Amino acid sequence: MALQSLDIAQRSATTTAMPQVRKTVEVAKLIDVSACIGCKACQAACMEWNDLRPEVGRNVGIYDNPQDLDDKTWTLMRFTEVEQENGLEWLIRKDGCMHCEDPGCLKACPAPGAIVQYSNGIVDFHQENCIGCGYCVTGCPFDVPRISKTDNKAYKCTLCSDRVAVGQAPACAKVCPTGAITFGAKEDMIHHAETRIADLKERGYSNAGLYDPKGVGGTHVMYVLHHADKPTLYAGLPKNPSISATVALWKGVAKPLALFALGAAAVGSLLHYVMKGPNQVSKEIEDEVEKEDAQ
Amino acid sequence: MTNHWVDIKNADLVLIMGGNAAEAHVCGFKWVQEAKQDRKAKLVVVDPRFTRSAAVADYYAPIRAGSDIAFLSGVINYLLENDQIQHEYVKAHTNAPFLIDPDFGFKDGVFTGYNADKRSYNKATWGYQLDENGFARVDPSMQDPNCVLQLMKRHFARYDADTVSRITGTPKDAFLKICGMIAECANPKRTMTILYALGWTQHSIGSQNIRTMAMIQLLLGNMGMAGGGVNALRGHANVQGITDMCLYSEVLPGYLGSPTEADGGLDAFLVKRTPKMLRPGQMNYWSNYPKFMVSLLKAFYGNNATPYNDFRFDWLPKSDGAYDVLAMFERMHQGRMNGFVCQGFNPLASVANKTKVSAALSKLKFLVVIDPLATDTSEFWKNYGEHNDVDPTQIQTEVIRLPAALFAEHEGSFTNSGRVIQWHWKAADGPGETREDTAILGELYTRLRALYAAEGGAFPDPVLGLHWPYRIPTHPSSVELNREISGYAISDLADASGNVTVKAGQQLAGFAALRDDGSTACGNWLYSGMWSEAGNLTARRDNEDPSGLGQTLKWGFAWPANRRILYNRASCDANGKPWDPARSVIHWNGKAWGGNDIPDMRPNADPAESVGAFIMTGEGVARLFAPGMAEGPFPEHYEPFETPLGRNPMHPDVPAVTSNPAARVYQGDMEMFGTADEFPYVATTYRLAEHFHFWTKTSKLNAILQPEHFVEISEALAKEKGIRKGDVVRVRSNRGQIKAVAVVTKRIPVLDVDGRKVHTVGIPLHFGFKGETKPGYITNTLTPYVGDANSQTPEYKAFLVDIEKA
Repeated sequence: MALQSLDIAQRSATTTAMPQVRKTVEVAKLIDVSACIGCKACQAACMEWNDLRPEVGRNVGIYDNPQDLDDKTWTLMRFTEVEQENGLEWLIRKDGCMHCEDPGCLKACPAPGAIVQYSNGIVDFHQENCIGCGYCVTGCPFDVPRISKTDNKAYKCTLCSDRVAVGQAPACAKVCPTGAITFGAKEDMIHHAETRIADLKERGYSNAGLYDPKGVGGTHVMYVLHHADKPTLYAGLPKNPSISATVALWKGVAKPLALFALGAAAVGSLLHYVMKGPNQVSKEIEDEVEKEDAQ
Repeated sequence: MTNHWVDIKNADLVLIMGGNAAEAHVCGFKWVQEAKQDRKAKLVVVDPRFTRSAAVADYYAPIRAGSDIAFLSGVINYLLENDQIQHEYVKAHTNAPFLIDPDFGFKDGVFTGYNADKRSYNKATWGYQLDENGFARVDPSMQDPNCVLQLMKRHFARYDADTVSRITGTPKDAFLKICGMIAECANPKRTMTILYALGWTQHSIGSQNIRTMAMIQLLLGNMGMAGGGVNALRGHANVQGITDMCLYSEVLPGYLGSPTEADGGLDAFLVKRTPKMLRPGQMNYWSNYPKFMVSLLKAFYGNNATPYNDFRFDWLPKSDGAYDVLAMFERMHQGRMNGFVCQGFNPLASVANKTKVSAALSKLKFLVVIDPLATDTSEFWKNYGEHNDVDPTQIQTEVIRLPAALFAEHEGSFTNSGRVIQWHWKAADGPGETREDTAILGELYTRLRALYAAEGGAFPDPVLGLHWPYRIPTHPSSVELNREISGYAISDLADASGNVTVKAGQQLAGFAALRDDGSTACGNWLYSGMWSEAGNLTARRDNEDPSGLGQTLKWGFAWPANRRILYNRASCDANGKPWDPARSVIHWNGKAWGGNDIPDMRPNADPAESVGAFIMTGEGVARLFAPGMAEGPFPEHYEPFETPLGRNPMHPDVPAVTSNPAARVYQGDMEMFGTADEFPYVATTYRLAEHFHFWTKTSKLNAILQPEHFVEISEALAKEKGIRKGDVVRVRSNRGQIKAVAVVTKRIPVLDVDGRKVHTVGIPLHFGFKGETKPGYITNTLTPYVGDANSQTPEYKAFLVDIEKA
């Protein structure tokens, strides 16, 4: 992380200046949904690289497994069956963090340094600074971050920032057997997407296009969609994602006040500690908890 | 594959039928995407289910499981009726102009020579008209009513689009659209590749499914072409390898025939197996059969094999009947087999009719399981509740598990679907007491040999006389074995002028060097040359590709002779000029054959000599009319043994030909077939992308991705049966039942077949009572015990079930 600290472009709840000496290339992962066969190799690679092992779940009547993102599931294939004019389509979308250029999670985060954005565009959570408040969940227009029940910290895809920092592609892109996931400079990925979109248009998908939504300043995970006019077909991919007004307000106007309030609370706590000593659980509360446990 | 994985990228049309490449061959599927993206190829999928292959296809059509021959015969009829065949190719490279015995015929669903009692054919009339020299008569104009092309026109005319649609349930417009796309590939500059797998083989008419497609590819002129061929996607990672090395008991390595008692001695065996030339001047490559066979016997028996003792042909086991997988478990079930060594095989889960397999295993005295995993088979005797409800006190079979190393825990070679043999290196030591398979077998052999030497026995000679030259007798190394399989000179080999070209002990350059006098040894003629004096060619990793076609001749070693595209002589016209110069595989340069592949032709065979492109046949051409098949020289639609229709719509009034009349059915199994009145739904079994066979259910990652057994049904059937997604359902066949979670999906079509609605129940096969996935039933509890008439591959892909909410 030492080297990466030179590349931090934004840091949650922080007003000090960011380092500006090094230059990095703006990166992007391109997911060509039209070339994806839903094999879930990306999910396996994500679990392997990041040493994540969610529980072996159940089949609930669908192919999606696990059924949702969680603290140990940072990417997930979502399968949707759609009847279109030309017949049935089985749309398979790899869900996960979109790494927004204008990240709602980072804006919403009140914990200094819990969420950072590197100069290459990757948005990363630094869990040691996370206070588990869940504001990032509210701030995300894609419903991606998940708070762990184990440690009460927020988790999501890192875009393999550790691999990217040493010149490697994210694990999912590395294993994708059909070339549906590619990774590189965002400019190159847009160019590659254009060739794919041209091919799809030739095959009759007249609305094929790139998903790089402007409402969040563009994303560093982009999709090639056969039906770019109807992104919601793909398991509810939002059409015009944007940061919610509340978060924008928080960031724009209210945040300095809130930070002051937080600071005041901290000072208050300190004073309380100095004057009254540490908080203690009263006997009554302890008894109550024991009683509940026994039930 | 007649072609190879990378070559898929050269296709203009990719047809996936009888397989599901995106799910069962995930990595190889990249070449389909390359064809689509770089060559603008179209992908067509025909399947009973809308699969993950269909998800990325340009066009999908549904089909009823078990009706592929009707579909493909309809395609043949379309091509012939609309004259969409590549005439010059058909004339030059197939037996279309050949004249057939006028007594040959087809009536009431059977060809001439059928014996209903034996359920087999006397093939006397299934032959060519021969001239006074014993050569086949031909009519180059292909107008003679007895020539193969005219016979085909008559045979296939019955498969019009309406009939095809009525049998298969494929909508007529979808069928005709696909016919149109296929017909475009009759153009010499357009090729279609067909990717199939077990969706075609696992039927009682499996071999004919594949053969019908081969006929289409011949009519289109796609065999031997880059981007063409008939391509079987084999199991990972070495199913092609074990098949080549004699997986089946009826063959020896390299597909040499396994002798029977009726063969007599070596000479008689060779005369019977060595084909005669059927047209003048042909290579008739199987005429080298004696060289391959004698060299194999020398590899088996070394110095003990001499010309004076028929190279110890008498030591080879002579089979007294069938020993395919169904026959083997039938014997076991009858109590006629005492011991079973089960290596890298999980038959309790993977053989049809689990109940019968379990009963058969229970009759053994001992079962040895050589496997890296604790398989379901190795615990067939253990009670796992409803999922394996047996009483261990009633099973006396002694089970011995010998833990084997996994492929990454030793070095050796794999042969992929494209016949490319590739060396792999050891990555790690195996855990605990594991040993390599060769070490387990080496130990077993040396101990048996010692016992035979000490105690004698019924027939110790073949065991004591086996050639066993390995440095560590208890552990033959992969290097030693591959060198032996590739072949070496036993004594100096001289050319026609008497000059010594290969010294005794040297590795041979290829099978052309093999002799029938005992001076060469070779464990498998097809693999000859993979380890030459130049070293281990399977370890080469040079991906240089001057052709741009993916013809990387310095990557590994492809059998035979490092040839990447089989029958590549047929990629050229009669004069040796490529049909498509932009995708030239080989060509005649005026003096020799050469180009981007090892020519499948004598290198100096001037096209004027008219040496046929299909050098393995006595007639030098490919067979549209193929008397080698058990159930007929032409394909015919027969229903699966469990049919939802109860009759063959092609022959509705002939009950005897409802299903394959030449398929073997054991007594007791016929009675276990269910009928549509009790089991109204068509079931088909298959694999999922998340799992590999019965292996990865023991792996946590795979279990997370697909954790629990499920079955797939349409929304319409779900509604009819009151089943909601996620419900546990009971699926019953006449052989047993399973319970699994219901996946209710739009991807299972409801078909209109022969005037009725046909529902399909899709059943993935990966689950069982051992492993990290949720404990489940074994799918093959349901499947019928009947196989293809040629290969005896069980009919896993089409049978009848009933389904209800559990």
